[in-house]
Amino acid sequence: MKDKSIGDTLLTALAYFVALVMFFPILWMLLTAFKTEQNAFTIDPHFLFVPTLDSFRVALEQGSGYLHYALNSVVSAVVSTLVGLLLAIPAAYAMAFFPTKRTDFTLVWMVSTKFIPAVGVLIPIYLVYKQLGLLDNLAGLTLLFTAMNMPLLVWMVYSYFKDIPKDLVEAADIDGASTLQTMRKVILPLALPGIASAGLLALILAWNESFWSLTMTDHRAATLAVYIASFKSAEGLFWAKMSAASVLTVAPIIVLGWFAQRQMVRGLTFGAVK
Amino acid sequence: MAIVELKDVVKNYGGKGSDAADNAVDSFNLTTKDGEFIVLVGPSGCGKTTTMRMIAGLESISSGSISIDGRDVSQVAPKDRDIAMVFQSYALYPHMSVFENMAFALRLKKIPDAEITSRVQEAAKVLDIAHLLERKPRALSGGQRQRVALGRAIVRQPQVFLMDEPLSNLDAKLRVDTRAEIVKLHRKLGVTTFYVTHDQVEAMTMGQRIVVMLNGKIQQIDTPQRLYEWPANIFVAGFIGTPSMNFLRGRIGVDKRTLTDDHFSLTLTGARGDALATHAGTEAVIGVRPEHLSYLAADDPVNENVLSGIVEVVEPLGSVTMIQVQVGPHRVTAQIESHLTVAMGDAIRLRCRTDKLQVFNATSEQSLLKAPAAA
Repeated sequence: MKDKSIGDTLLTALAYFVALVMFFPILWMLLTAFKTEQNAFTIDPHFLFVPTLDSFRVALEQGSGYLHYALNSVVSAVVSTLVGLLLAIPAAYAMAFFPTKRTDFTLVWMVSTKFIPAVGVLIPIYLVYKQLGLLDNLAGLTLLFTAMNMPLLVWMVYSYFKDIPKDLVEAADIDGASTLQTMRKVILPLALPGIASAGLLALILAWNESFWSLTMTDHRAATLAVYIASFKSAEGLFWAKMSAASVLTVAPIIVLGWFAQRQMVRGLTFGAVK
Repeated sequence: MAIVELKDVVKNYGGKGSDAADNAVDSFNLTTKDGEFIVLVGPSGCGKTTTMRMIAGLESISSGSISIDGRDVSQVAPKDRDIAMVFQSYALYPHMSVFENMAFALRLKKIPDAEITSRVQEAAKVLDIAHLLERKPRALSGGQRQRVALGRAIVRQPQVFLMDEPLSNLDAKLRVDTRAEIVKLHRKLGVTTFYVTHDQVEAMTMGQRIVVMLNGKIQQIDTPQRLYEWPANIFVAGFIGTPSMNFLRGRIGVDKRTLTDDHFSLTLTGARGDALATHAGTEAVIGVRPEHLSYLAADDPVNENVLSGIVEVVEPLGSVTMIQVQVGPHRVTAQIESHLTVAMGDAIRLRCRTDKLQVFNATSEQSLLKAPAAA
């Protein structure tokens, strides 16, 4: 009994330690955001200092373009998620309830596209986008996000649909419902928690995306990821301002995640416990 | 109410190199009477559910045609066939109340609210679920869910009911009660009904006509009584009736009316003897039901059509006693009166009611008897 409690204590301590290691960069970012640039650079790190909002002021001031970037982030994340769901739901519906011989292959193929490193397709996509005039174009970036999240959305929604007995689709069919009516009145209400969490995850992934934002946009269509990176300029690194910008970037999504936490957990474990 | 006609209906799932031998359902022919209660019965995988799903339109037909009241519905979508189906899983919409579950089809048909309410309430009253209308399916017991599933079907007032093993998820007692209620409901509504089950007792007690299926093929279509008395082949004979019919294989002797092997000799008279005589010199299988074997006292002088053996198993059921007797290599089940004291290991003599015997061709397994024309 005593051994067990010692073991428990050690395990708890380990858990806290790991949590701290994971959390520390975020904490440090938060602290740095409230420091002066000089303070942010000191070799012996300061945990106690006089906080200042200077960095936030710079980050938010007119001409910094925070709102411009934030708006781009919101539009690209929200629109790509909605368009993604609009395409993924019918695809998942067809594959879950009316599978053919090729359904399994299609699913694996979809997820296999995620195996390719983004860098691997950067050049072809860049060239195509250049020809189509989609570089530094918000619609172009949104399209990329949609394509990027599509396999994830299809897979998640597909697995939620798989948990719904096919009998329900057939019962609705016999009851006189069209495919759209079956989807809207029977399947979607049942899969809503799952669909919501899939959408939320896609939203977060699109919001956090930096590779494509940094390579395919310059200013007009740039998102908050580009904004953060802009503090690493030719004149040097601005740790405090970069941290402030980062805080401003992650804050909205953390708040959203906080509110949706319950929904997320329910969605991700959907069907696991009946 | 309607007449349903299935003509040469075939289902083949069409894998690589599949041919007629792979037919899940093979040339299914049946014409119902108006308002008839048809039971499709057979072991799992016999094609009974596939047949029902084809009538529903949930499964396409590979060839043949299905018509309801003279209208060919082979290519018609399920929703336009004017049928209602009760699923084995009930398939109630979990997010809707009982009322909404029953009203769903009516709402889709854009029937006025007042009429929906009255029709749902009427059906609920018939099924004794009026007090459950506001509940969600998960708050119902199995029996109640089953009623809601029936209710959802009857509010539609369809031309045909399809029921796919609707009682298989209920416990034994409830199953017997609900069985009777479905029959009562059918009598009251008079809607042509197809009922799928693997339980021959359910089939016998509910069906006006029973379709016995095996490996996608119809074995026999007949009334319960005629299935019992005049099974078309060994499969039907063994499938209908509990405990199962006993089968004894032997050679038809020189006098042409006696079937013998080393351990028994049964002499048939009348039509049964004639049937045997036409196949003299070949092998045949005799089928005898346990209830047609009776106990013979040791000192009874009767020694014709008697099976002698050793009692292996005794199963008292209260009203009667089932015994299994080893007659040479044959294991025979007999139903004897419960007051008789029989113990394991006893030597016993059983008398065979030869006027109730079945005779089958040993190779084709088809009955050699000619059933009298149906009434």
